[in-house]
Amino acid sequence: MAKITFIQHNGTEIETKGITGMTVMETAVKNQVQGIDADCGGACACATCHVYVEPEWTDKLGARNPMEEDMLDFAFDVRPESRLSCQIKVSDALDGLRVRVPEKQF
Amino acid sequence: MSDHFETDAVIIGGGPCGLFTIFELGLLDIRCHVLDILDRPGGQCAELYPEKPIYDIPALPIVTGAELTTRLMQQAKPFQPQFHFNQMVTELSKQEDGRFLLKTDGELSFLAKIVVVAAGGGSFMPKKPPIPGIDAYENKSVFYSVKKMETFRGKDILIVGGGDSALDWTLNLHPIARSMTLLHRRDDFRAAPDSVKKMRELVEAGKMALQIGQVTGLKGEAGVLSAATVKGSDGAVIDVATNTMLPFFGLTMKLGPVADWGLNLHENLIRVDTEKFETSTPGIFAVGDINWYPGKLKLILSGFHEAALMAQQAFRIINPGERLMFQYTTSSTNLQKKLGVV
Repeated sequence: MAKITFIQHNGTEIETKGITGMTVMETAVKNQVQGIDADCGGACACATCHVYVEPEWTDKLGARNPMEEDMLDFAFDVRPESRLSCQIKVSDALDGLRVRVPEKQF
Repeated sequence: MSDHFETDAVIIGGGPCGLFTIFELGLLDIRCHVLDILDRPGGQCAELYPEKPIYDIPALPIVTGAELTTRLMQQAKPFQPQFHFNQMVTELSKQEDGRFLLKTDGELSFLAKIVVVAAGGGSFMPKKPPIPGIDAYENKSVFYSVKKMETFRGKDILIVGGGDSALDWTLNLHPIARSMTLLHRRDDFRAAPDSVKKMRELVEAGKMALQIGQVTGLKGEAGVLSAATVKGSDGAVIDVATNTMLPFFGLTMKLGPVADWGLNLHENLIRVDTEKFETSTPGIFAVGDINWYPGKLKLILSGFHEAALMAQQAFRIINPGERLMFQYTTSSTNLQKKLGVV
């Protein structure tokens, strides 16, 4: 179990309990976080679960995988801290993770 | 060019549920035309996850989206469905004789006795980058697809993206453009290596430009673009002169014209009954992810079940007064003849 906070575009923070082994995207959908569309249901095929990871967490999450890097081409306003939340697996090490949801997923 | 077809049934959407509907209707001698906005069958299985495994199709412990599509096409084949790809249904209305008139953006029209909406998550449409003010330039200076290449002759074109669409159109339009710039967020491309090689050769020969960065704003007047503001990977902001921008950011699903057909909706899904899967308009059915009823699960297998039940009511509408005998494909010579196996 890890506490994961989603910061919505309007600044609202949503605290969720992430279950180990699930993805950050699934955690968002389960908690009805707006702005995580996840059209493809987690297949890394749509880039509609794009999030910005808060700077202190980027290193802890490691690098994007190549498929995710390709898929980020379909996202808008990609920044160094951009990730696809379907590619981040929840673990105890991520307790306290904070991610920002972009204004639009397209 | 416009074409008109008269048929028993039109299926809107060629995803797994639409394809299985051909089979279920076919067993009851109902012939179909199938319309899809994509250029091939399979719907999300083809567009979103052709190579990803699906684990919950009964009797197929593991199957990819592409393979499931191939198998469903094979199963539908004896019923000779007629496919019309790259067609978005823009209009659906009931005629005085009880039939339905459908029109597409490709200027096709259909008269059908019944309609099955199997449109999944809606229509796949090009993603529009949320650049402030982009709406004002659309269809004048900003285009999300190339319908006629001639439109782009003599233009200063900026293509944005790194996939096959972006690279293919860069190569195809470069000979007729006045200038060509390809803009991508990184110096790596998903597109076919051969296209990337050709593009790099053109850049080296000074015949086109490659920029690395992302569009953050547009400049122009009255819908006519003069430049795109581009932020480079190093943070530097420059203006790239262009009068024609083509962003290729893939496709996304939108409900689209379905919302305009006068059907009762439930949170952007079409409300149906669970006996016939008929919508609020008798004769129009909805199966698969696009429909809603209490307890609905968006599973391909649920859509298959819905298609089987829907076909029974479709038969009654198309053959009023005729008795429908329930038969099994394992034992009915009649059904086996239709399947072409005896």
